Amino acid sequence: MMLLANQIMDGLADGAIYASLALALAFSYRSTGIVNFAQGEMAMLSAYLVWQLMAWGIPLIPATIISIVVSFAAGALLYVALVRPLSQSSVLTVVSVLIGLYLALNSLAGFLWTYSIKALPSLFPKAHLGGGAFSVSVETVGIIAVVALVLVLLYFLFETTKLGLAMRGAASTPDSAELVGVPVPMMLLIGWGIAAALGALSGILVAPRVFLNPTMMFGVIIYAFAAATLGGFDSIVGAVVGGLLVGVIENLVGTYVPWIGPDLKIVVALVLIFGTLLIKPDGLFGRKKVARL
Amino acid sequence: MSIVVRPKLPLAVQVVIKACVAGLLLYVVPFVIPNYLVSQFATVLVFGIAIMGIDLVTGFGGAITLGHAAFVALGSYTTAILTVRYGWNPYATIPVAAALSWASGWCLGFPALRLQGLYLAMGTLVLSITVPALLKRFDGFTGGVQGLNVGNPESPLPWLDDSQWIYFLSLVIAAVLYVVARRILSGALLRSLVAARDNQLVAAVMGVNRPRLATATFAMSSLYAGVAGSLYAMIVGFVSPDTFNLMLSLSLFVGAVVGGITSLRGAFIGAMFIQFVPVWASDIDVSLSGLVFGCTLIFTLLLIPSGIGGVAERFYHRTCARLGWVDRMRSRRVAGEALEDPEGLQRNFSKSGG
Amino acid sequence: MSLLTIKGLQAGYGQRTVLHDVDLEIGEGQIHVVLGANGAGKTTLLRAISGTIERSGTILFDGSRIDRLSARKVVASGIAHVPQGRGTFADLSVDENIRMGAYLRSASEMRSDRERWLTFFPRLRERLSQQAGSLSGGEQQMLAIARALMLRPRLLLLDEPSLGLAPIIIRGLFDTLAAIRQETAMTMLIVEQNANLALAIADDGVVLESGSVVLRDSAANLTGNDEVRRIYLGYE
Repeated sequence: MMLLANQIMDGLADGAIYASLALALAFSYRSTGIVNFAQGEMAMLSAYLVWQLMAWGIPLIPATIISIVVSFAAGALLYVALVRPLSQSSVLTVVSVLIGLYLALNSLAGFLWTYSIKALPSLFPKAHLGGGAFSVSVETVGIIAVVALVLVLLYFLFETTKLGLAMRGAASTPDSAELVGVPVPMMLLIGWGIAAALGALSGILVAPRVFLNPTMMFGVIIYAFAAATLGGFDSIVGAVVGGLLVGVIENLVGTYVPWIGPDLKIVVALVLIFGTLLIKPDGLFGRKKVARL
Repeated sequence: MSIVVRPKLPLAVQVVIKACVAGLLLYVVPFVIPNYLVSQFATVLVFGIAIMGIDLVTGFGGAITLGHAAFVALGSYTTAILTVRYGWNPYATIPVAAALSWASGWCLGFPALRLQGLYLAMGTLVLSITVPALLKRFDGFTGGVQGLNVGNPESPLPWLDDSQWIYFLSLVIAAVLYVVARRILSGALLRSLVAARDNQLVAAVMGVNRPRLATATFAMSSLYAGVAGSLYAMIVGFVSPDTFNLMLSLSLFVGAVVGGITSLRGAFIGAMFIQFVPVWASDIDVSLSGLVFGCTLIFTLLLIPSGIGGVAERFYHRTCARLGWVDRMRSRRVAGEALEDPEGLQRNFSKSGG
Repeated sequence: MSLLTIKGLQAGYGQRTVLHDVDLEIGEGQIHVVLGANGAGKTTLLRAISGTIERSGTILFDGSRIDRLSARKVVASGIAHVPQGRGTFADLSVDENIRMGAYLRSASEMRSDRERWLTFFPRLRERLSQQAGSLSGGEQQMLAIARALMLRPRLLLLDEPSLGLAPIIIRGLFDTLAAIRQETAMTMLIVEQNANLALAIADDGVVLESGSVVLRDSAANLTGNDEVRRIYLGYE
């Protein structure tokens, strides 16, 4: 029983990481209709940036903050340099460009920092809470808390501020947003910036757990895709719930179903996605476009 | 009835062009260029076959598939297992691979195609990841991580070596499948496909049975992938699970886009891109090959967003028009060639998420 | 006093020029109607004014040139465009649509205007938290107009507001527009295909054909004009 509770907690922590990356995907999708295949690699580079800054003597917390800010700028730059110029082209072209970016960034990281693993310290102290049979690491609680906080901040931004409303309007109906005076490209740029910052967060949170290396985000992004698909790609709540669900189920399956090797854990994702989508084709929380004919 | 302007080259020009192409394909590639490149060109042909499948289902059918490698794997392993474990004649395995791929495409397509756009892409993506894992798991049957050694089929003709033989075999099959694809994409069937792709509501009202059509298209594209896989196993002589991973699906997808998603001829241009650019990139610098390939891909698409095939096609039409090499026809049906005009057909992958 | 003066306007899409050398003048506080068949260029005219398409020529709004401005700047100068099909933010709620309209206004202006227009359009107040896409056509039209009014525009552009609405709703719509003009002395440029009711509340009108102005007169004269009666008002 205690093992179960611990597993669930660990699952929630992994899930929170998947959720933050899924949120990043949902952001770029919501604002521009594009899934950023390179989101994971960008997150990986954000984590490497923290490592590099620390190697140059900057302490962990400031390095983390700098990395997140730089990532925001990088996301905005990505929108301006690649996404916006291709806004008249087919979605397939943009996706292919992002796949190219994925390959390029992966190779770049390997070149700059080699493929050997590095250690990135955790943002949280190595300690445990609780005692006896039920003890949970501070890191686990910390990750969940950080992501929860970010979620609250985002909710606040989107549901109560004028900027958030403008962003939602620009994402929903860009032509009409233009006609009320909203600077639509700026809104989309901010959306991509936020997405990159969220990705950076997920990279920085996961690196201490799996060791920093150029391929560390591959598993995470696959689960993030699964989470976003499960929750509905255009739903913030969905991305988070999806992420947590995927994390918990992944952990439980890994522990309690012995013949699932590490390779086949991904089948769990497959079953989850297809199962849910056959019942709810827009994801658990995806909003069906309401259209009166 | 509408007036269709089709390029019609004077007979002399047609002969010259066909002679050049034939010369290139039938003589220069197999006999003139360095021999080690011949099997690479054979691979290009095979990738081209697979990419034609993607053109069918994504370009014309409107369904994004990132799981093509799964069906390529099916074809390859069918050939591998039948020849290695059951001693089959390798050529006999090709139709079996085709049939199995077609059938599994049909079975998988039916539930999968109820998903729209993005969600279908995600679903097929996970398929790409699952297949290598499954291949490794059931290693008793598939040879696991070690893979299976298929060997290269021996050339039955004394004046062709093994790689030249397999090249010609691939060429013939690619040509046949190309013609088949053109046949599929003509007339009423094409209009139904494009209608279903661009406006589901209208198509349904007009009696197009979209689910069945979509599944049939998906099955057909899987067949193409399976045949490609089968040939691929013979060219490389060896199959292993990690060849057929997500990277392969993404490469084929990217190749389809670079070639022009609705251009069948462009499929082979895309195939050349994904075969040779990585090779060229590692020649430049092995450790940065991914960077070079990625950047090349990005710049190519920034320059030519609708793909090389489409641009080449437009250039061809425009040049012919300027030179007066056209044929004005009254046309009840829009026939095969005029269709490769991507402007009319490529419209609908808009940002509204398909 | 002329609020909007257009001289020699050319506009189109890509290679295709739709409007040829259009002149138009609208006085402050007036309702001006643009009539014309499908493809005559009516929508293009509005888009050219609001800056959402490429155009050349001179457009003077309250004395300043707006023909070189981006759409956002045109909006900021006080022109609200209700596009064909309403352009409602379907995913947002009714309330959020209204608030979006006041994007360029201050929070206090937004608050007081919101109150004012929700009182004017009680049906919208009833449906504040409903998703805008689920409203009926007539309600969406009310919402679109309310949203445009939140800008506190000096000029309101309306593109076929009656499109897709039932006749009885259309009647109510034009009564509403007349009432708005009463309340606010708003200047309006209304594009309509079937023009009976529009002409009834308008001061002046023009008829567009193939991108050029072929007729320009007071609304009363246009209503009496035999050609217009036959083609646009449906009289034989």
